[in-house]
Amino acid sequence: MIRFENLRKTYGHVEALKGISLHVGEGELFSYLGPNGSGKTTTIKILTGLAVPSAGDAWIHGFHIEKESLHAKRQCGLVTQNINLDNELTVAENLHLHGKLFQMKRKERAERIHELLHYIEIADRMDSPVKSLSGGMKRRVMIARALMHSPRVLFLDEPTAGLDPAIRRRIWSLVKNIQQSGTTIFLTTHYIEEAEFLADRVAFLNEGKIAALDTPQNLMEGLGIWALDRVADQEMQTSFFRDREEANRHIAAREGSFSLRRVNLEDVFIAITGKKVME
Amino acid sequence: MRSMLAIYEREMLILRKRFFRQLASMSVSPLLYLVAFGLGMGRSLKVGDHSYMEFLVPGLVAMNSMMQAFAIASEINIARFYWHIFEEFQAAPISNISYVTGEVLAGITRALLSAVLIVLIAALSGVVLTYNFYFWLAVALNGFVFASLAVGLAMLVKSHSDQALLTNFFITPMAFLGGTFFPEDRMPQWAQYCLHFLPLTHASRAIRAAAFGQPLDFSSYLLLVSMGAVLFILAFHWVNRARE
Repeated sequence: MIRFENLRKTYGHVEALKGISLHVGEGELFSYLGPNGSGKTTTIKILTGLAVPSAGDAWIHGFHIEKESLHAKRQCGLVTQNINLDNELTVAENLHLHGKLFQMKRKERAERIHELLHYIEIADRMDSPVKSLSGGMKRRVMIARALMHSPRVLFLDEPTAGLDPAIRRRIWSLVKNIQQSGTTIFLTTHYIEEAEFLADRVAFLNEGKIAALDTPQNLMEGLGIWALDRVADQEMQTSFFRDREEANRHIAAREGSFSLRRVNLEDVFIAITGKKVME
Repeated sequence: MRSMLAIYEREMLILRKRFFRQLASMSVSPLLYLVAFGLGMGRSLKVGDHSYMEFLVPGLVAMNSMMQAFAIASEINIARFYWHIFEEFQAAPISNISYVTGEVLAGITRALLSAVLIVLIAALSGVVLTYNFYFWLAVALNGFVFASLAVGLAMLVKSHSDQALLTNFFITPMAFLGGTFFPEDRMPQWAQYCLHFLPLTHASRAIRAAAFGQPLDFSSYLLLVSMGAVLFILAFHWVNRARE
């Protein structure tokens, strides 16, 4: 569904993407996890036509993103990191204009707007100006707008950035529902729990390169099941264990304060790159 | 076609939402020029067979329609750098020509609207000229030239402040020198030669000739069409430059 080979992007002397290759299957919810500046947004910008790759090729549903750009774009829905709705227009007007940009007919547009606004549960705000909506509502409207033309692939660039945990979870369930309807989803995030909860597969992006690629489960199990944190010499030290008993034996044999928890993707990311995702 | 209309419709929806604010903003500078130059110092002046007020009104139509058509550049830049709505257009399956045509049509509409406003203000000041088809055609062509220039430059600039710089260097000098406030033949020969290269000079000539019911100089129309076409083609090519 999404395929790219040796994708590179340079901005002046800065190499944002250093030749990455990837294949995302149909119906998959794929997550790109990495710190700010790792190249997540650059990848999405290239795949959706907002940026030109310096080298490499990419295809969306078989259409080359540069040579068959209009066909490729028709397959994609994009929710950008910035809220980019027309603030002065109403919710319905924003969706209507998007439908028109994607050559949808009037009747089809009207039906789809009605359907989507019910789906994201803000049908009652259809005629409200976007500027009167909360941040969470605006995010949902952006997702609805991206779904207007029924894309095969939905790109979500940090869709829950800056939202409070309750609204974030509401958006997660919306994203899961969208995937269940058959849409392929390409999600970038720097929230560990978002990738863990949502993704079928995760790629760790670090300094423009893919550092690891697998299911969240496999990545975490590669490190262990249990993580034991201990602060020593003002530094956090984490040890990983296959079973809980082994971790308890480790605690019993040493002095100090320990905290036992499940291994998460952050642990894997640190183990592979030596950095935190939120850095 | 539908996507081109979507670009145009968006600009018109925004214009409609801000209609009265926009009209007020469009009428401030022509009103000041009419009061200061027309009523203040121009009552006793004559330019050829016409009063200075009659001379001034077509010049103000040319200047204001240029400014309003060019103002589309600011709208595009706000959409690009501030609201990020331009990303929505970049991600949509629309050709560069649809995008440029939609924005240029919006610029022409603003130019025509500003001309209507000045005609009304002039009528209230007691100046009624001939507003025939060729008058409106010249206004529309002036809008075409400057909206095309606006879209092209809006694609090249890297920030909103760059846009202000371009306005200061290109549009403001043209507003004063393009045959708006005084007849070109009062300028030295070398200056008259230079003014021939400004599209506003030809727009002022065409608009004034039509408003005075004088024989039309079709070369001005032809020049405006040619300049507009060149700038439109450049804008079309420069849309890709706005991509990262």
